[in-house]
Amino acid sequence: QVSELVQFLLVKDQKKIPIKRADMLKNVIREYRNAYAEIVRRADRILQEVFGLQLVEIDTKRHIYILINNLPHAEGQHLCRGKEKEEMGLLLVILSFIFMKGNSVKDSALWEFLHLLRVYPGKQHSVFGDVRKLVTEEFVRQKYLETTPIPLTDPPEFKFQWGPRAEKETSKKDVLNFVAKMQGKDPAFWASQYSEAEAN
Amino acid sequence: NNLMAAQMTNAHRRFLQVLMSNGITEGSEARKLHQHCCETDKVYYAHDKLDDFISIINSHLQPLFMQIRKGISEDDGRAHYAVVNLAETEVTKMASDYTEIELELFRKTMDLIILSENGFASSTDILNLADQLKTKKMKKKEAEQVLKVFVEDKWLSEKNGEYTLHTRCIIEMEQYILSNYQDVARKCNICRSLAIQSQVCESCGIGMHLRCVRKYFRGQTEPRCPKCNEFWSYDTP
Repeated sequence: QVSELVQFLLVKDQKKIPIKRADMLKNVIREYRNAYAEIVRRADRILQEVFGLQLVEIDTKRHIYILINNLPHAEGQHLCRGKEKEEMGLLLVILSFIFMKGNSVKDSALWEFLHLLRVYPGKQHSVFGDVRKLVTEEFVRQKYLETTPIPLTDPPEFKFQWGPRAEKETSKKDVLNFVAKMQGKDPAFWASQYSEAEAN
Repeated sequence: NNLMAAQMTNAHRRFLQVLMSNGITEGSEARKLHQHCCETDKVYYAHDKLDDFISIINSHLQPLFMQIRKGISEDDGRAHYAVVNLAETEVTKMASDYTEIELELFRKTMDLIILSENGFASSTDILNLADQLKTKKMKKKEAEQVLKVFVEDKWLSEKNGEYTLHTRCIIEMEQYILSNYQDVARKCNICRSLAIQSQVCESCGIGMHLRCVRKYFRGQTEPRCPKCNEFWSYDTP
């Protein structure tokens, strides 16, 4: 049962689909419901020991889980585990922007910022393809970003914040260090972000 | 058992994570990765000991019915590594990525490839299959797209309009193929592993990998079948 659950979680995780507890019970644990907690605990232990991954609950109300990477971040391998280096690069830039701007940005501000990097929502990008879809759908589905509508706006505007996976897989400190490195400055240069990152 | 006692380090875990997300990793890439992981996680790096490194990982994967397996590409003879699920009784690895009808097309394509003499199925033949699928008929245009995705995902590889199984597919599904195509799938007479593209003796029917044929007949002016001793009628590659 435990090895079946490990396989199940690995497959779901390959596509960064958050895993619902109901799915685990239905597809894998089935008749062993009573042992659910124990099976999950053992599976988590194996995931950590063998794969360096950890099962983390990101929604305690609806019992939704993701697998996060437990290994210390390698230089230049920040958030990515595999081949989506460019997408993760873009994501890191977006997360940095959001953090430096006080943890929440309007969608219009984000697109304006990305214009500077020659990334346009309306245009197919040579590397990222449909960028609007990548940012507003993919990154959100994978729980790297969270988008909420701003009330009383017409046409409707949205704000972007870090999603639960970003919260778990990286840190404000890592992101601030990235920005500092890019700009050739000391992280303490940005006083308020620095103290926020240290407190995190 | 000496290996069982060996602990996994973060270097092993990192290596495994990358191998899993790559799908298939070529030998020299794997060696570079081995070095990178050891350096990143500050673990002692033994230059030539990739196989030992992998054995440690495999000893921990064994209770999960998984394994890092090495296979030789039928195209370039190079070693490749893939993480394989040994408990699979069907093409379940693909099951989560494709629809029912796409899987049926894949299984039928695999039939054509394995039953063929040379391990290739022409795109015409495959597209004709699309018409006869049980689940639902698939239009030719749609089937062409699906084939393209199979190639991108490294289940099939394409050469001159003909399709064969990608090295990744062979490594991951060797057990499945050998058990499900027992009477038809060929084992190379020389190296004993599954042979998809092969040369077959016209008299006694044994098959050999092209690379194994090349090695076996090197320097021989009159190549003869290792089993029945009849003249080997093909050009040695």
